[in-house]
Amino acid sequence: MMCTTCGCGIGQTLIAGHALQKPRKAGEALRFRVHNESATHAHPHDHTHAYNTIDFGAGPAGTHAPGMSQARMVKIERDILSKNNGYADENRRYFSGHGIFALNLVSSPGSGKTTLLVKTITALNGAQSLAVIEGDQQTDNDAARIRAAGAPALQINTGKGCHLDAHMVGQAMQRLGLRDDSLLLIENVGNLVCPASFDLGEAHKVVIFSVTEGEDKPLKYPDMFRAAGLMLLNKCDLLPHLDFDADLAVENARRVNPNIRVIRVSATSGEGLAEWLEWIKAGCHDAVAAKQ
Amino acid sequence: MHEMSIAENVLQIIEDTARAEGYTRVKAVWLEIGQLAGVEKESLRFCFDVVTRDSVAQDARLEIIETAGQGWCMECACNVAVTARYEPCPSCGSLQIQVTGGEEMRVKELEVE
Ligand SMILES: Nc1nc2c(ncn2[C@@H]2O[C@H](COP(=O)(O)OP(=O)(O)O)[C@@H](O)[C@H]2O)c(=O)[nH]1
Ligand SMILES: [Mg+2]
Ligand SMILES: [Zn+2]
Repeated sequence: MMCTTCGCGIGQTLIAGHALQKPRKAGEALRFRVHNESATHAHPHDHTHAYNTIDFGAGPAGTHAPGMSQARMVKIERDILSKNNGYADENRRYFSGHGIFALNLVSSPGSGKTTLLVKTITALNGAQSLAVIEGDQQTDNDAARIRAAGAPALQINTGKGCHLDAHMVGQAMQRLGLRDDSLLLIENVGNLVCPASFDLGEAHKVVIFSVTEGEDKPLKYPDMFRAAGLMLLNKCDLLPHLDFDADLAVENARRVNPNIRVIRVSATSGEGLAEWLEWIKAGCHDAVAAKQ
Repeated sequence: MHEMSIAENVLQIIEDTARAEGYTRVKAVWLEIGQLAGVEKESLRFCFDVVTRDSVAQDARLEIIETAGQGWCMECACNVAVTARYEPCPSCGSLQIQVTGGEEMRVKELEVE
């Protein structure tokens, strides 16, 4: 009972340990909770504050029109990902209305997303208001690592699901309570296939590719490298000990995406982090300037 | 692409339309899936059967219409057949190919009652 590409299956999604709400009916408004300092920072596990104030309407209706027993054809002509894209558009509208710069961090498991986030939060040292959404199949270890670094974080557990979708992120945004003019960092589930197809409403996908992975990764997972605006080539501190050809890795990434920006970094040594922080700063600045 | 998620999204579209159109059973579903969409058809059939269990689309027949991969080669300035993404142009070897068809993933039509 799994898909052939990544082994994902049906599983229950949990946000901060709570079941995901039923999808809203099309056209129903998303209501965001006003940011509340104490709720997000001091009591990340408190279940009482405003978590259930969003009315998603009833679930799938059991209604049916009587007397409709004749078989007939119904034209649909809808894109299979249209539902996700609709939620992504809502998230994007919210970001642009509030000057929020949102990034979707994607990589194989273990490329260093969480380590990079922790380093980024530490380096920003409160200079930039930010929040983190963590996606993993199981455990809230990564959200705990982020909170320990001093930033509000919410964990989404996708169960057997192999990617975050825009609906999950929309719910997580409401629970986190995002500040105006802030940075939102979303760590996707470790997987280079499926997250490429699911827009979350982010400004950019950032693909993290570590030097322990093989230079041909961009050619094996071209969709992801094509969808990303920035590639962080991580673990560069290990280059002296490896056979990895960093120039070839970059060339391969450019082959599938000639416009991809590349920054060589090491989350461990701090190499290249200044350039990454500058890139974030510029993005935040633009998001605020473009606020609708 | 992953078939389980696609199957779930198909079911959501079917359930949404069920409300609007007032049907209680879906007998057949027509999907249009492009050759370049990266969907494993047999896996999708299997996942569809799993996710539609106990739904309006339980036991529905799944018809998959495959559309061919097509591209525009900027070197040759002509339409070329594309069998896989990021492959060179079959006539000139250029990698500058704009995919113009074969990435579709749509629910086209349902037979309902
Ligand atoms: N040498 C080295 N190790 C790193 C670097 N970044 C992350 N790691 C290690 O890689 C492993 C996986 O990192 P993690 O951040 O959990 O990866 P994630 O799964 O992408 O979130 C951990 O053991 C990290 O300490 C780096 O720049 N250099
Ligand atoms: Mg992680
Ligand atoms: Zn050509």
